Parts: sequence; structure tokens; C-alpha cells
Amino acid sequence: MEKSLSWREFIITRLIQTSGYSAILFVALIFFFLLREGLPTLAEVDVSSLLSIRWYPIENYFGILPLITGSLVVTLGAALIAVPFGIGTAVYISEIAPRWMREILKPLVELLGGLPSVVLGFLGILVLAPFLRVFLNLPTGLTALTGSLLLGGIAVPTVVSVAEDALDSVPRAYREGAWALGATKWQTIWRVTLPAAKSGVLTAIMLGIGRAIGETMTVMMVTGNAPVLAVKLGSIFSPVRTMTATIAAEMGEVANGSTHYHVLFFIGMVLFIISLIVNIIASSVVFRSKKRAERILS
Amino acid sequence: MTKFLARNRYAVQRIGFIAITLMVILTMLPIIGTILFIIYKGGSAISWEFLSGFPHDGMRAGGILPAIIGTLYLTLGTALFSVPLGIAAAIYLAEYARENRLTRLIRLAIINLAGIPSVVYGLFGLGLFVLFLKFGTSILAASLTLSIMTLPVIISTSEEALRAVPQAFRTVSISLGATRWQTISRIILKEALPGILTGVILGLERAAGETAPILFTGAAFFLPRLPHSPFDATMALPYHLFVISTQVPEMPIQIQYGTALVLMIFVLTMNIIATVIRSRARAKRQW
Repeated sequence: MEKSLSWREFIITRLIQTSGYSAILFVALIFFFLLREGLPTLAEVDVSSLLSIRWYPIENYFGILPLITGSLVVTLGAALIAVPFGIGTAVYISEIAPRWMREILKPLVELLGGLPSVVLGFLGILVLAPFLRVFLNLPTGLTALTGSLLLGGIAVPTVVSVAEDALDSVPRAYREGAWALGATKWQTIWRVTLPAAKSGVLTAIMLGIGRAIGETMTVMMVTGNAPVLAVKLGSIFSPVRTMTATIAAEMGEVANGSTHYHVLFFIGMVLFIISLIVNIIASSVVFRSKKRAERILS
Repeated sequence: MTKFLARNRYAVQRIGFIAITLMVILTMLPIIGTILFIIYKGGSAISWEFLSGFPHDGMRAGGILPAIIGTLYLTLGTALFSVPLGIAAAIYLAEYARENRLTRLIRLAIINLAGIPSVVYGLFGLGLFVLFLKFGTSILAASLTLSIMTLPVIISTSEEALRAVPQAFRTVSISLGATRWQTISRIILKEALPGILTGVILGLERAAGETAPILFTGAAFFLPRLPHSPFDATMALPYHLFVISTQVPEMPIQIQYGTALVLMIFVLTMNIIATVIRSRARAKRQW
């Protein structure tokens, strides 16, 4: 009895330990398979043509610059929406709203976070795009702007929950000190609470941007999918195509092992590296202000 | 300027509060609007035939049963892999791991898993499960892909729930002669259950609504029958909505809104259940 008990304990401990390490294994596996299928690109396509501005896979033009600029334009637009609105909402929930209001707003924001992106894309096609086309008098409503607006909405819950956590963890004494000195609530928010929560708020922004750049279905459905270099100011009002949308739209139709297949994995590799960088920066900011790391995931 | 602001600081505060409240309203209205709009538009499409029938006439008529069943299968399949693994990993981090370099690496890996774009998961699933392990485009491959994607959510929320159980519970149990695993399995897990459940449901909710990871790992454009085995491809609600709203010309708008509504109800019900479990557990908690 005694012996079998310790034997069982030993096996279970090992199993749990292995599960604990599994996250590292999965990240490594993902990177390995992206490299394995993506790196042959460099042997099959010249780097110069890879960095050209023409994406036309049927005739072997694999310039990924338009896709990168497409992702950047849409993400930038989304950030311009998600950052002020997300942080504003977080400040309101944590500093201004009465308790009952908070109990309503928090689940609502989570609800938005739970809405499938394909539903938002669907509404984008049927409601937002036609509206923007008429309202802004554009030839088509499927533009970078449409994508940015929806992506902004998708990134908001991430920004709100992380930023609100950061504001929440600012000790109450900081605020009381400011009030005692005669500062208004508003002054306290801007000069004491937000600066004290700075690292967490920066993390919120980084993660929001990370969420936006990786979003796939919504952008694929509403940005019009035209692989043109988006560098002019007016690009926001014209169709673009992002890296994520390109993979999602074309992977289903390529032959396994073809150059096109490898290039799509190569783009996936680029996306993976971008998200790695974003998350490492975000988490290093978090780690400095103690362990809120688990929070940022939910 | 600073002086002016300071002298009128209550006026400034009032303007500031109004501005921020407006921002919050602008953020919240579209959320509520979206949900109500889909309920309003899709409600009339919902009927018994719609929920229990097969699509026909090139999906322009009939029901969406195979998509509903498919999403159920995928969600259950995902739970099968990600729940045990995720909870075990959370137990490791909360109860066993020391704060050392390896543990920091694990945490970094989890954060990165959470940030990887969903379509990259799709590529990975295609590379590993569909092609390398030769599972083919199947429920199995799609579930495994979705499992890895949901893992970080389950691990991080479960770990938080485990850590919230007071240390005294462990001390008492160990001092009564229980082993570490007995303490965890009979005391700690029981106390942390509501928190873990919340995390599991939120993770699975995300899996149920995702399209990109299953695009090339298990989703079928159209199937005239239900899948028979884990090695069959399947229709799924999110992918079906994508297909009928972008790929099928002259698709009746009713069916599109109806499908969106069913998907939304599926996902939001899970969300609401998670919220309720969490708030009830908080209210009941005695420690």
C-alpha cells in the first residue's frame, strides 16, 4: 500500500511536470514547422523579388511588400481607434464609474471579446461597408478603413482588460494622497494613477496591436483583398490585403510543396516573429511591474 | 495655460468626464447594437427545419444541422485535449514549479502562444497534423489545432484560480498526512473548480467561434451527411457563415443572418455561463 502510493505519486508528478513544459514544446514545434515549410522560399524565390511590390502568385510574382504595408495600414488604423477608446473605457470602469455600472460594463466588454470575428466580418460586409461607401462616396466600401474600424473593435476588449487591471493595481493611497493635496479626480487620473500604471497600460497597447495584426477573418472579409502597395495617405480609403488574409484566402487552393505554398508559410513565419517580438516586449514591460503576466492572457 | 487649467480645474474635470463618458457610450453602443441587430434580423430565420435540416439547393435553402453538429464535435474534441493538459500545466505552475529560469521560460511560452495569430495556428496544424502525421483534413486535426490555441487561456485562468486557494488549506492537508497529490486532487482542485471552469469555458468559447485555424485543417465547404469518425472533415458554424456570406452568390440574406444568430447564441451562451459561474463562486466563497 505504502509503496504503490508513492509510486502513483511519482508518476502523477512526472505527468504534471511534462504538461507544464508542454507550452515550450508547442511554441518550438510551431516555429519548427513554419521554418520547415517556409524557409524553402528563400531557395526558390529571389530575395529581391520577394521584397518587390507585385503579388501575383499565378505568374510567380511573390512580392510581399504590399501585404506587409496592407497589414500595417489596417493595424495602424485599428490602433488609433482601440487605444484611446480602450484606455478611456478602462479609466472610466476603474476610476469613474459607480460600482453597479462597473458590474454591467465589464461583462459587456468581455462579450465583445467573445464575439466571433467572422460575425463581425459578416456585419462589416452587410452593414458597415455599404454605409461607408455611401457616406464617404467611395467606389467600394471594402477598404482598409472598414477593416480598421472593425479591428479596432476587436482590439478594444484586450486593451480594456489589461489596462483596467493595471489601473486597479495602483495602490489606493496614491489617489488619496493626490486628493488630499487638493487635486480633482480628473487631475489625479492624469497625473497620478495613469503614470503609476504606465507599464501596464503600455502592455495593454502592445497586446491590442498584437491582436489586431493577427486578426484574420474580419480583415479578409471587409478589406477588399487588393494587393496594392499602401503607402499613400489615401490608401486608407482603398482596398488593401493583409498578410493574414492572404494566407487564409490562398492556402486552400495551392498544391502542397509548391513555391506558392512555401511563400505562404514564409508569410506565416513573418507573422509568428512579429507576434513573438510584440509579446516579448509586452511581457518584459509587465514583468518589471511584478507578476501581472497571467492577467494579460484572459 | 497650466494656470488657467488649474484655476478652472472643476470645469476641466466636468468636461473631461463628459468626454470620457461619451467615449464609453461610443464603445458600448456598437456592442449592444450588434447583438440586438443580429437577434432582430436573424430571429425570423430560426425554425425547427433550419436547426435540424440539411442545406440543399447549393446551401441556398434548408437548414444548418451539419454545421451545428460540426461545431459541437470540434468544441468537444478541443476540450478532450486541452482541458486535461491545460489544467495539469496550471497545477504544475501553481503547485510544483519553483521561480527559476525554466519557469519563466514556460510563462513566456504561454504568453507567446496566446499572441500567435489564429491563421498561423492553421498553418501549423496543416503542417504537423494534416500533412506530417497524415491525419488528413479531419475533426481530429482541427481539434488538436484548436486545443493548442486554447491552451494558454485555460492554463492562465486555472493557475490564477489555484493560486487563489489559501496556503492554509495545503498546510493543514499535508500535516494530516496527505501526500501532495492527494492534497491537490481532493482539496485544492475542489476549491478552485469554479475558477477553472470559467477559464475552460472561456477557452472553448474562443475555439467554437474561430474560423482561421480550421480553414485548412478540418473545415468542409459542404457535406451532405454528418461526419462518421474523427478522421472525417466537418462543416462548422463559423466557417459556414464565412462561406455563405462571401463564396455563394445570391445567398438568401435570411439564412445568413440566421446562421450568424445561431453562432452568436452558441458562443455567447458559453460566455454568460462562465460569467455566472464566476460571480456566483465569488459570492459564495468563504475564504
